[in-house]
Amino acid sequence: MPNMSLKKHEMPSQSPDIRKSNYSEVALGYTEEIALDEAERCLNCKNMPCVSGCPVGIEIPRFIRKICEKDYEGAYGVISEASSLPAVCGRVCPQETQCESKCVRGIKGEPVGIGRLERFVADRHNETFTEHVTPPEKNGHRVAVIGSGPSGLTCAGDLAKKGYDVTVFEALHTPGGVLVYGIPEFRLPKSIVSREISSLKEMGVKIETNMVIGKVISIDELMESGFEAVFIGTGAGLPRFMGIPGENLCGVYSANEFLTRINLMKAYKDGSSTPIARSRSVAVVGGGNVAMDAARCAKRLGAENVYIVYRRSENELPARAEEVEHAKEEGIVFRLLTNPTEILSDEKGNVRGIKCVEMELGEPDSSGRRSPVVKQGSDFEIPLDCVIMAIGTSPNPLIKSTTEGLEVTKHGGIVTDGNGLTSRTAIYAGGDAVTGAATVILAMGAGKTAAKAIDEYIQQK
Amino acid sequence: MFRILKKEELNPTVIKMVICADRVAKKAEPGQFIILRVDEEGERIPLTIADYDRDAGTVTIIFQKVGATTDALAAKNEGECIQDFVGPLGKPTETEGLKKVAVIGGGVGCAIAFPVAKKLHELGCCVHSVVGFRSKDLVILENDFDSVSDRFVRMSDDGSWGEKGLVTNALRTLIESGEQYDEVIAIGPVIMMKFVAALTKEFGIRTVVSMNPIMIDGTGMCGCCRLTVGGKTKFACVDGPDFDGHEVDFDEAMRRGAMYRDFEKKARDENCNLFKKEVGHNA
Repeated sequence: MPNMSLKKHEMPSQSPDIRKSNYSEVALGYTEEIALDEAERCLNCKNMPCVSGCPVGIEIPRFIRKICEKDYEGAYGVISEASSLPAVCGRVCPQETQCESKCVRGIKGEPVGIGRLERFVADRHNETFTEHVTPPEKNGHRVAVIGSGPSGLTCAGDLAKKGYDVTVFEALHTPGGVLVYGIPEFRLPKSIVSREISSLKEMGVKIETNMVIGKVISIDELMESGFEAVFIGTGAGLPRFMGIPGENLCGVYSANEFLTRINLMKAYKDGSSTPIARSRSVAVVGGGNVAMDAARCAKRLGAENVYIVYRRSENELPARAEEVEHAKEEGIVFRLLTNPTEILSDEKGNVRGIKCVEMELGEPDSSGRRSPVVKQGSDFEIPLDCVIMAIGTSPNPLIKSTTEGLEVTKHGGIVTDGNGLTSRTAIYAGGDAVTGAATVILAMGAGKTAAKAIDEYIQQK
Repeated sequence: MFRILKKEELNPTVIKMVICADRVAKKAEPGQFIILRVDEEGERIPLTIADYDRDAGTVTIIFQKVGATTDALAAKNEGECIQDFVGPLGKPTETEGLKKVAVIGGGVGCAIAFPVAKKLHELGCCVHSVVGFRSKDLVILENDFDSVSDRFVRMSDDGSWGEKGLVTNALRTLIESGEQYDEVIAIGPVIMMKFVAALTKEFGIRTVVSMNPIMIDGTGMCGCCRLTVGGKTKFACVDGPDFDGHEVDFDEAMRRGAMYRDFEKKARDENCNLFKKEVGHNA
């Protein structure tokens, strides 16, 4: 008999008052008891609408059935057929706009907590499963993957499962890409990322760090050295700034820099060798998940006032509702319909405030969102000592400029067909390097598609 | 891990190290830089490449002990390893087609100016080197500069080495004596580059400066190393580190360079205290 409760089980979490001064994970995960009860809410629909909402096509009702049977390892097996990073996706996927948005239970009441169940299964596996994976038999073909973020790791994992000899090249000193430098510990513990990477290594994937492809070695040189195909998963690239006065003052960070100092370099820890400004009042400009991450990190570094400054209204915030909710609970103040026009300097070149104008919403623009219009004469100032720009990125030109014949769009994103193939034979690409800033799961989906295409290409050669 | 093959103290605060880094050596050009981490908990710092040997697979770095990280690096000995060493990053200095160049080096910046002077010399360009140090005991690479320069002018703040005065005094004398340069390349403290650029602007001589701002990833991802050049924001790691000296906002670069000075001082003092304690225990 299914559990017909209209509400999904809430995620046990650290209380806002406590968590805003620590970096431990906010969401604590379902207990076995909660997971079993939640799993019973799934109606096990025959046509599985939820699966159509999953970019990597996890057979959701089947893994949930396994939970009901208390066969947690079996459930993990179902998820792993489609996903290389279950513990990561269970945490950072926007399930509310993907699988859960298609759930029949969501028509009257709340959808099944698919993401939370996925996380439960992955965490349970990581806690209890100690056997070592036997690497599949090698098929003798070598593939290079550039970048060890979500798309690269997925592509590498899928190819390794098929027996390919895969080497992943990472520019930084630690693999993981945005999972390591971007997403904070309190949302995605780094131990989880390193565990997922270890299991890829167990499958035979080689990872080389400190390899800035395009500088240390070019894609053509990689191919000359015996790689039969290359996947480019180099991520989003260069941080954007607004182009307003004062953006190079001391105390102005890009979100990438701020988060990299904290997450990759551990600047939040006492005694860290990498510095970061400890500010009293911080404004984060932007309304996406990255902006929420930066704001919540600033709070944890001890800032008294942290503002999200966003030029549209709450409805248009691109961040996940859950992240916005968490940020509010932690005391982040939302200054909506507000647009900065200048960052103000003290006599020493440090930030002392930000000048803004109020906005109102006009007609919908090309993205379908109502575009903000300046309210004349509405200038005002917010006193601050730190500003973080979280308004997106533009593609890194490094690979393009060192790979002849690689086509890019006018925005700089790499051009690919539906299978991830670029304008060059045997060179594939996916993730933010193609689409511009998007989500972890979309990048994983692209890595998966490209892995399939690379396999077909090499087998047909 | 990257092994230190050779270590040499060039003066009391400046160290030269030859690092085994095959891949970096293969591609390195003058003007490019590397990013290193001394150990697993270390910060990432950029250092410009001082020399390289493609056959031996080695890269030479020359650095001044200015903070906790460079102190930790200096404490490493021959045979020991550095955790991370990535490069070559940034664009090489443009040396093609130049006939006569004044290379200006200041302090430890001479370590970066020298490979540029050497490359120009090898390309058959007439090189006038003007280098300055605070005093005689801080001088580095004297013979090296001498061997690649058609003219070599030594300057020191206190007159204990060469002539007393600043590199800008010497450069002005050269220009006013009728020397005509295609280009001036200035590498040293930001304040020195600022005044060299101001001087050459007066005479309309194209001037290239090598900027060395604070960096983290060195691939364009973080934007920490940004500068204002000709009113536009540029990233030193991917757009530079060389820029048109007449366009760089040096005052802003100096302010940004000093952003973490208090932190650096504290970190260094703490390390010193730790070191003293350790020595105390062992004694």
